[in-house]
Amino acid sequence: MKRRTFIKGSMASAALAVAAGAGLLKPTRVLAADWPEAALSADQVDAAMQAAFGSGDVTDSGDVQIKAPLQAENGAVVPIQVTTSVKADKIAIISEKNPIPMVTVLDAGDGAGGLYSIRIKMGETSPVHCVVSSGGKLLRATQEIKVTVGGCGG
Amino acid sequence: MTTKMKIKTGNSGGYDVLVLAKHPMETGNRKDQKTGEMIPAHFIQTMVFSVNGTPVAQAHLNQGISANPLVGINISNAKPGDTVSVSWTDNKGESDSAETTIS
Repeated sequence: MKRRTFIKGSMASAALAVAAGAGLLKPTRVLAADWPEAALSADQVDAAMQAAFGSGDVTDSGDVQIKAPLQAENGAVVPIQVTTSVKADKIAIISEKNPIPMVTVLDAGDGAGGLYSIRIKMGETSPVHCVVSSGGKLLRATQEIKVTVGGCGG
Repeated sequence: MTTKMKIKTGNSGGYDVLVLAKHPMETGNRKDQKTGEMIPAHFIQTMVFSVNGTPVAQAHLNQGISANPLVGINISNAKPGDTVSVSWTDNKGESDSAETTIS
């Protein structure tokens, strides 16, 4: 009887080892170097802002422009284009009601940062903020985008 | 996975670089309809844009970006003959890159 349970136990642990070896039990998130995990996995806008910019103190500004549809037929693909006349060193796009609101951060070096365009997923109708950090100041533009069919879930 | 890059003259000067990467961008919240199991998250994390080998911008993405991301930036201080390259890595360690010379 003891021998039987021993064999059972060892077979189960062997199966576990095989599963781990095949990558089935590996954590799904393996970080690339310097990917801003705190900002891009925070589920609150404020926490994401703190993590990305170290401050939540933003001013609405006309120097940041958003080009995006007023109504998106398909929430899985919502094109957003941010242009700015100031010298940007970071551009972040936040869809307020997404499970993870901050969807992307662009770190711009010299000569880049005047334009950033990307297609985002939106779960439901929500304001979309584009925050530009320039010389320690945070500038923001906001547009409400209506979504008729959500982009999350399947 | 393939990555394509296009460069055109920007509306407000410089060059607009447009990158289309073929990638599923799984959120990790979706269920496989046949097996009922969760599909693990799989998304591009960082895209690095370089001019002549020097990085000029890094786009950090997460699962909130659409499948097959189309990312565009403007590079104002590039000139004809410069080589623009992009390389990306995802959360599973996969990567790809593309390169174009400005004509």
